[in-house]
Amino acid sequence: MSALRFAGTGRGRVGLVILGFVLAVALLGPFFAPHDPAALVGAPGSSPSGASPLGTDGLGRDVLSRVLWGGRSVLWLSLSATALAFVVGTLIGAVAGYSRSLLDPLLMRLVDVVLSFPPILFILIIATGVGESELILVIEVAIVLAPGLARIVYSATREISVRGYTEAAVARGERTSAILAREILPNILGPLIANLGLTVTFSVLLIAAVNFLGVGLQPPAANWALMISENRDILSINAWATVVPAGLIGLLTIGVNLVGDAISHTLGVAGRQAPTLTPGAAELTPAAELVR
Amino acid sequence: MGVSASAGDGRLTPAPTPGPSGRDAHPLARFVARRVAQGVATLLVASVCVFIGTSVLPGSPATALLGRDANAKAVAEIDHRLGYDKPIVGRYLSWLEGALHGDLGNSSIDIAQGATKAPVWPIIRSPLADTATLAVITIILLIPLSLLMGLVAGLTAGRWPDHLLSTLTLVFISMPEFVVGSLLIAVFFVAFNLLPPVSLVAPGVFPLLHPNVLVLPVLTLLGISLAWTVRLIRVGVIEVVKTDYVRLARLHGISERRVLRRYVLRNALAPSIQIFALSIQYLFGGVIVTETVFSYPGLGRQLVNAVTSHDNTEVQAIALILATIYILINVVADLLVIVLVPKLRTTS
Amino acid sequence: MSRPGGPLLSVRDLTVVLTSGQPVIQDVCLSLDPGQTLGVVGESGSGKTTTALALLGYARPGMRITSGELEISGERVALTDEKAARGVRGRLVSHVPQDPSTNLNPALRVAGAIGDVVHEHRPRVGVDSAVFDILERVHLPATRAFARRFPHQLSGGQKQRVLIACALVCEPPLIVLDEPTTGLDVVTQARILEEVERLHRDRDIAMIYVSHDIAVISQVADYVAVMYGGFVVEQGATDQVLSRPRHPYTRGLVASVPDHTAPRRLRGIAGVAIGLEDRPPGCPFAPRCGQSVDRCSVELPRLEHVDGRSVRCFEAGRTPPIARGDAVARHPTDGGDALLSVEHLTAVHRVGRQTVVATDDVSFRVHNGSCVALVGESGSGKTTIARAIAGLHRPTAGRILLAGAALAPRAQKRPLEHRRRCQIIFQDPYESLNPRVRIINEVARPARVLRGLSKKEAASEAARLLERVRMPADLAAVFPGELSGGERQRVAIARALAAGPDLLVCDEITSALDVSVQAAVIELLDELRASLSLSLLFITHNLGVVASIADYVLILDQGRVCEQGAVDRVFSDPQSPRTAELLAAAPVLRAVL
Repeated sequence: MSALRFAGTGRGRVGLVILGFVLAVALLGPFFAPHDPAALVGAPGSSPSGASPLGTDGLGRDVLSRVLWGGRSVLWLSLSATALAFVVGTLIGAVAGYSRSLLDPLLMRLVDVVLSFPPILFILIIATGVGESELILVIEVAIVLAPGLARIVYSATREISVRGYTEAAVARGERTSAILAREILPNILGPLIANLGLTVTFSVLLIAAVNFLGVGLQPPAANWALMISENRDILSINAWATVVPAGLIGLLTIGVNLVGDAISHTLGVAGRQAPTLTPGAAELTPAAELVR
Repeated sequence: MGVSASAGDGRLTPAPTPGPSGRDAHPLARFVARRVAQGVATLLVASVCVFIGTSVLPGSPATALLGRDANAKAVAEIDHRLGYDKPIVGRYLSWLEGALHGDLGNSSIDIAQGATKAPVWPIIRSPLADTATLAVITIILLIPLSLLMGLVAGLTAGRWPDHLLSTLTLVFISMPEFVVGSLLIAVFFVAFNLLPPVSLVAPGVFPLLHPNVLVLPVLTLLGISLAWTVRLIRVGVIEVVKTDYVRLARLHGISERRVLRRYVLRNALAPSIQIFALSIQYLFGGVIVTETVFSYPGLGRQLVNAVTSHDNTEVQAIALILATIYILINVVADLLVIVLVPKLRTTS
Repeated sequence: MSRPGGPLLSVRDLTVVLTSGQPVIQDVCLSLDPGQTLGVVGESGSGKTTTALALLGYARPGMRITSGELEISGERVALTDEKAARGVRGRLVSHVPQDPSTNLNPALRVAGAIGDVVHEHRPRVGVDSAVFDILERVHLPATRAFARRFPHQLSGGQKQRVLIACALVCEPPLIVLDEPTTGLDVVTQARILEEVERLHRDRDIAMIYVSHDIAVISQVADYVAVMYGGFVVEQGATDQVLSRPRHPYTRGLVASVPDHTAPRRLRGIAGVAIGLEDRPPGCPFAPRCGQSVDRCSVELPRLEHVDGRSVRCFEAGRTPPIARGDAVARHPTDGGDALLSVEHLTAVHRVGRQTVVATDDVSFRVHNGSCVALVGESGSGKTTIARAIAGLHRPTAGRILLAGAALAPRAQKRPLEHRRRCQIIFQDPYESLNPRVRIINEVARPARVLRGLSKKEAASEAARLLERVRMPADLAAVFPGELSGGERQRVAIARALAAGPDLLVCDEITSALDVSVQAAVIELLDELRASLSLSLLFITHNLGVVASIADYVLILDQGRVCEQGAVDRVFSDPQSPRTAELLAAAPVLRAVL
């Protein structure tokens, strides 16, 4: 599990470089932005010039500055959604997997129902009803991601709860909380970490898609996904306004995926799950629970 | 570890306990019935979620139309016209009843604006057909291409064709549809001016009459769903090649061609039904964004418009249709699998 | 060993290495006449399965055959050339694999699976008639209905017969069988063995039978090759090699085989089997050998003829005769108070909607200091009884008394004293220790939880116990992942002892271990029992192990007790037909002493 083995993978190295670059732009970008991202600095849709190295967008704002400012919201939204999903998913999966009571089928049916919705649809519905705010968006995405994780934690927990060392602890009469903490959780970390990359990727993809559709953000916010949506009309005039943020989002997700893939390979862990399995599928074909 | 009838040859099937006759007689029929019932139950729950999500929570068409500081009386009046002052359960049940009869309600915005009847169904009928066209074309291309590429990748695992395919697919699954779509537009329109940047089709016109506008949206959807399916099929193939029975077939001296056909392919393709079901499901999410990118007048774009204008009823209707299709695909896939894989029928 | 005209089969200088260059098996030479059986014996890591596969020119992924020539029926094949080797497979040499449940194509019916082999090697023969013919020969129903079955519709024994049918249908002169009775219950095992022997005699087919079970080999094989560390260390006529072994490893191995017809205390082999990476230069057995000299650790011995067989040992002349353990002293099994009393225990399993009775009205007692064995095949209910005693399975009727006090069904509801006095050890060594906890902490845990020791006290107690189970002190701080199966079981025993119990419930704790490792663990248990005045409840399916350690035995079948009594009485004078069946089926080491 050494860092060296990870860095040795070709994919891992490339992924780290890409990810590093994108993170640098997103996190450090604002310090280097030449203009205020909301300020009008020139004629709308003008080509790259000295003042605006990437030209201006549909309203006349400097594209470069908006790009440098635009990564943060995508990052913080997806990372918080991922973190929340991990906590909630692990809790649900572990409790359902360990308890043999009614809690087990109840929780997992709930998981199945959530998984039976197309994620974006889910978010759009809630957006219609509840309204749009960044906090709600984070919660929604977490709700969408948590069930997949819960499934993984559930099957891992069930497998571990019948292992000799867990049963030995039960026979010693240890409390359930002690057993979860000492025997179960440390041993499900493997599959969880292996899915980290995949989950973060989904999170980014989902948040970006939703932002693109204009949900969850208020203008004049600078956000890569929103920029793509805003600037499609002037694609033929100043393509940079669309292509640069699109490229950055693409690099972000590719980088995360490469790194996540390399981590999984380093851990040598099988059991990384494909996204949203149909409830029936999970019972019938373990082939769908696959190694990438 | 139950009771094993160890008479004879070390048989390990549990002795059946006496139960009502016919219980074990038709396991297939029982499973089908159970799965369909499960699907219906899920659909009901989904419909509840859709309804609650759009109607009950704060944020009504009234405030959308009139603005946040609207006159309370005006808001109440619109709410009354929309029927929002009636009890929730009643509203849900009448909505559900209507849906089962094909009446998906009236557009909230239109009602709020004064119309007495503005049925939703005609509004979404044409977009539904357009989306269906897009989906069907993508699926027709998806299935053979992914099988071919998945097999090649799996059988050449570790060698350059596999590395190439694995890397390409990894890149494509990492990118959101709108990025792929936008980049495609940038290449095919801006750079080379080969294809239109938007896929505007007049409502009611059959999209296939204008194939140009379909190319980029299909390519976008295909690119990503293909990447997913190829990866999953590839893994399935690799798993099968590693099995003991494939090894034994080779140890028996059976020709590689025969091994490939009867031992590898037959078993690697079995999980592909579920894999295709998954990708078709994915398409229903991807279609929403893709249609927006290309301004294609499909159901997805209709949904986005309805959401932004807070037309609750329209959102409900579209969401219900999409959720139904989603769940239906699950059920059909599971049933197909159980029919085609005899082993699964006799689970102990 | 060879008839005039030369042997049917000979293999010379077979060597297989990992892609990294590390040798897996080296310089293996075997030869066989038509109609003879050669047994290849070895424990885990000896390379016997690699050898079995290499005889067909097959190397597992990550391995390569770097040298080896096969001569069979006059044809010569270089095993390093896979294409050439393919020409031999199925036609001249066929293979019967180990695990029947994973070796049949789930998508093919019985007729299809056998038919494929026929199609390949006897294309002009009518497939149907060939299939029915072979089904009859292996005593399977030669009916259309049976031939149309899929593997999941067959029992374990039936699957194995189908695999044997596939290997025989083209009548090759040589069959290689790799532990073909793994996973089958002992009665089925005996039947398959009979089948194999009969087919071998009827058609004069030569067999190479690979196994870890020396008793089976002694019944089946005319000649035997013993493997250790990738080398053949001794080779010759079975009777000679097993009754008077010349290699120290063979000697230790034979002494560790339990025998229910001649109960003896088991003796293990000192040390631990080496892994692939740690093979020393020189003799692979030298680190564990009681008669090694300096030369043994630096120079690799060659196979020499000594006393009518081939041995790879410099000091072969000095090898003493087998040192069998002493006769087993039995504890009295009646009179006095019972430590554990099980009364009319009944328990069920719920699988979906079905309720299966696992244990039905079982009663017995374990007296202080004695060892009671529960014997039965899988499904007999023995594990359920063990789990019910440990508080892991709630019985539906009956009660369990520990020193007169009733035990609560669930462990969590039991008072501390009850939990402390009764400890359970499980079967699978690879799942019995928490992989994320160092073994010293894992062993210390029961001492802290059940005896209230402080962290420091528990740690020193754990260290003391690890020493007691003969674990080297420098291994105290490792994670279980670095230990072998036998070492892990010893740690599991130490963990159980840390609670200071009076009763140890051992649920098939040696079933997953190699035979010499099993002997070492039994030896240890026996010694601990005496010095700590422990009582043992020993669950197993191996009658030889029962004879070596238990005083009292219960024979279980389908949840019910068929017979119970003192071990010596039950084994010499069985009253129940089931007992007689099990005794007859258990392989016995046939050796002329």
